[in-house]
Amino acid sequence: MIDQDVIERTLGTALRTGADFAEIYAEDKRNTSVGLDDGRVEQVTSGRDRGAGIRVIKGETTGFAHTSDLSETGLAAAASAAAEAASRGGGGVRTVALTPAERRAVNEVQQYPETIGKTAKVELLQRIDAAARAAGTEIVQVSAGYADSRKRVLVANSDGLLAVDDIARILARVNVVASGDTGMQTGYQSMGRTIGWEVFDPASELFVDVEELARDAARQALVKLTARPAPSGSMPVVIKNGSGAVLFHEACGHGLEADHIQKGASVYAGKVGELVASPLVTLVDDGTMAGEWGTLAIDDEGHPTQRNVLIQDGVLTDYMWDHIRARKEGRGPSGNGRRQSYMHLPMVRMTNTIVLDGHDEPDDIVANTERGVYVAELGGGSVNTASGDFVFGMREAYLIEDGRITEPLREGNLIGNGPQVLRDIDMLGNDFMMGNPGTCGKDGQGVPVGDGQPTLRVKQMTIGGTAS
Amino acid sequence: MSATDTTVASGELGADLLAIVDRVVAQAKPGEQVEAFVSRGGDTEVRVYQGEVEHFVSAQAEGIGIRIISDGRTGFAYAGTLDEAAIAEVLAEARDNVQFGTVDEWAGLAEPDGVAQTAQALWSDELAGYATDRKIELAKELERLTLGADSRVRVDDSNYADAFGEAAVATTTGIRRWGRENGCYVSVSTLADDGDETQTGFGFSVGRTPDMFDLGKAAREAADRATRLLGATKPASRRTTVVLDPFVTAQFLAIISSTLNGEAVVKGRSLFKDRLGDEVAPPFVTLLDDPTNPLAYTATDVDGEGLAARLNPLIEGGVLRQFVHNSYSARRAGTMSTGNAVRGGFAGTPGVGALALHLLPGTRSQDEIVAGIDDGLLVQSVQGIHSGVNPISGDFSTGAAGLMIRNGQVAEPVREFTIASTLQRMLMDIVEVGGDVDWLPMRAAGVTLVVTDVTMSGA
Repeated sequence: MIDQDVIERTLGTALRTGADFAEIYAEDKRNTSVGLDDGRVEQVTSGRDRGAGIRVIKGETTGFAHTSDLSETGLAAAASAAAEAASRGGGGVRTVALTPAERRAVNEVQQYPETIGKTAKVELLQRIDAAARAAGTEIVQVSAGYADSRKRVLVANSDGLLAVDDIARILARVNVVASGDTGMQTGYQSMGRTIGWEVFDPASELFVDVEELARDAARQALVKLTARPAPSGSMPVVIKNGSGAVLFHEACGHGLEADHIQKGASVYAGKVGELVASPLVTLVDDGTMAGEWGTLAIDDEGHPTQRNVLIQDGVLTDYMWDHIRARKEGRGPSGNGRRQSYMHLPMVRMTNTIVLDGHDEPDDIVANTERGVYVAELGGGSVNTASGDFVFGMREAYLIEDGRITEPLREGNLIGNGPQVLRDIDMLGNDFMMGNPGTCGKDGQGVPVGDGQPTLRVKQMTIGGTAS
Repeated sequence: MSATDTTVASGELGADLLAIVDRVVAQAKPGEQVEAFVSRGGDTEVRVYQGEVEHFVSAQAEGIGIRIISDGRTGFAYAGTLDEAAIAEVLAEARDNVQFGTVDEWAGLAEPDGVAQTAQALWSDELAGYATDRKIELAKELERLTLGADSRVRVDDSNYADAFGEAAVATTTGIRRWGRENGCYVSVSTLADDGDETQTGFGFSVGRTPDMFDLGKAAREAADRATRLLGATKPASRRTTVVLDPFVTAQFLAIISSTLNGEAVVKGRSLFKDRLGDEVAPPFVTLLDDPTNPLAYTATDVDGEGLAARLNPLIEGGVLRQFVHNSYSARRAGTMSTGNAVRGGFAGTPGVGALALHLLPGTRSQDEIVAGIDDGLLVQSVQGIHSGVNPISGDFSTGAAGLMIRNGQVAEPVREFTIASTLQRMLMDIVEVGGDVDWLPMRAAGVTLVVTDVTMSGA
């Protein structure tokens, strides 16, 4: 994308005001998306984003500028702007010698999405549409979306790091509306992978059956037509495997990000080595899981992603780190420095956040619950990392009565306090599954993340319904 | 986009962007409708922590989006650059994408509708020339004021941000506009500690220029929001009357407006789709979308398709009067665009949305309203409103924090509970709109709102 000598000279320019650290992050991304709504292909969109962000750190201050001009002149202008932003003082001259790192292959891509014709992408959505509509006459609306991208990335910094990556992403989603006597209800499903078009080949290890996805979204909407209002108040909650790890993303993941920790804005600050969760819980953030939505070969600061154990058997073992926070602590980064694009500063972010298997049989978990709520699909959520209070939506949920799953419930929020809920996990299944692809928002930036978990039970959570 | 002058000569403001869109539109082939949208903008963000600049971001971006409609089929492409070769590629890609679209009898670009623009002063030369050091000083000053407001308060970050943007749009159907605007704000996030417990707050102030900031108010609110929740407990579950703080009401109105969105209506995804002319709220409720009100933070004079932005009454005297439309949803609904095309930049085609909502205010202050309530809840903040509200089914459930109201006074703080109802019922259950309109940096203005019979779920 950019010649090595140009990168070295640009970093030299960025260091001109005596900065401690300079970095270039360049990307060249092409994407295609298709929207199908109401049986119509609304439009096919093609996009191209290309540019570089330059970050300069001097003392505690970070300066940042970006440009869509990848010529040496464009890069030099951005480097000067970033250097100026980081420092108003003068400084010495430093030269940079880069050592190119070998490209890691965590995701083996066979068919890059741009090699596939747009017709095939349109047909994929038509198959989704047909499968959803075939699920029942009450299905009145189907909208489906497909998006793919290929992004080439280059990261270089004044410590001599030079790393590249080449990332493919494929995402499909389906929204269904069913209409009945009680009004309208909705269903949603999605899939996302960091591999190529082979994801739709049944022979592929990471195969996704999009028609099954569509049928599931339709089933969700249909089931809710007969749903009754969710209860209100505290009760046991069982969360189905692969449907609710967003709970951990919100309940503790964000609170384990080192930026919140260093500002004392997390309930988990100063708690390494302490029991912070039920001893059943081992929580891992793993950026290396082949093909998953949060997987990356290198993070957006050029460091290899890792499998980081955050909580082991209930004991807090470590936080997640980016360059700035790790440097402050005098330790290595953990591969969690991420950014939305070249126009954004990196910060500490999760990758794939997962809870490892326990020993309970999923059926036993339900059978041992006299009265409670069974959540088959969680929606989005959010957390206040300082107080630990979090909330998320139940997209599909049922009542549990006498140890059996009974009536479907209308939508509502679940709320709780992170540290409390972690301690209240009293049963953990042996059926680990990854969940839907997610986009995690923090400080105005969205990045792709994955999550997964086995079936589990939380002793007590608050259901925000309207029924008593 | 904003402003006005469609006869810009070469060398004048906007001439370079208009020249680009003109060149693209001139390349339309017979039978093609072409729309070119270009924008250029930038922002500055200063974050201060413990008296030092934590980061300083100075960013600029530009790009082009081209939409082509031919025989009822639509194609679109964009690029984040205005480089000539890239523009040619975008045009070719948009044209290529047309063939994959489904024929849609309502597809088409906006056409001039004769509605005059309400010219607004959306650009400040003073802000454009504002010195960097003064921006840094504002963020530092806000941090100092906030720390001084209450000894229990820490500052998570204190920020100054400004943004400028200019855009031009032209079409083969006769639309040709250029405009620019800029604005700025300061914000502060707080933490308040009491033993093991930590609560958070925030405060902000917005303006066309930094002179309009009220740093003292931002600091005080940020400190109050965090400290008054200290000691909050989980309340018992019950039905009650809720008083929504203006900031919460603004978020509620934004959700209501998504059910009044013409695109949702024509696609059968609005719970109000068949209810024009019905009473949906008590007679004292009037909801306006008025981007021509200069007090509104999101005031604008042109919508995302280049039509004049205008005042639209959505609910008038409790009766559902109209939906908001762009030219596509309007054509499909058999009506005219209401000037509500919204565009998230050059990378997408225009959607539909309310531009600047507000409720016609009542007369009483929040204190006067609270004084008249024996038993209720003042909702200071909501959490998870995006995940717990379904604008299609109407189910409403959100996490909340606030203060109980007892015998006309605010009493103990409460947190970790939800409030729930349905959107339809909440509108009908409004019992008072306050007189305290607060122009927030959002698409809806805040005002105190009282709603009865809401379920509170806690312990």
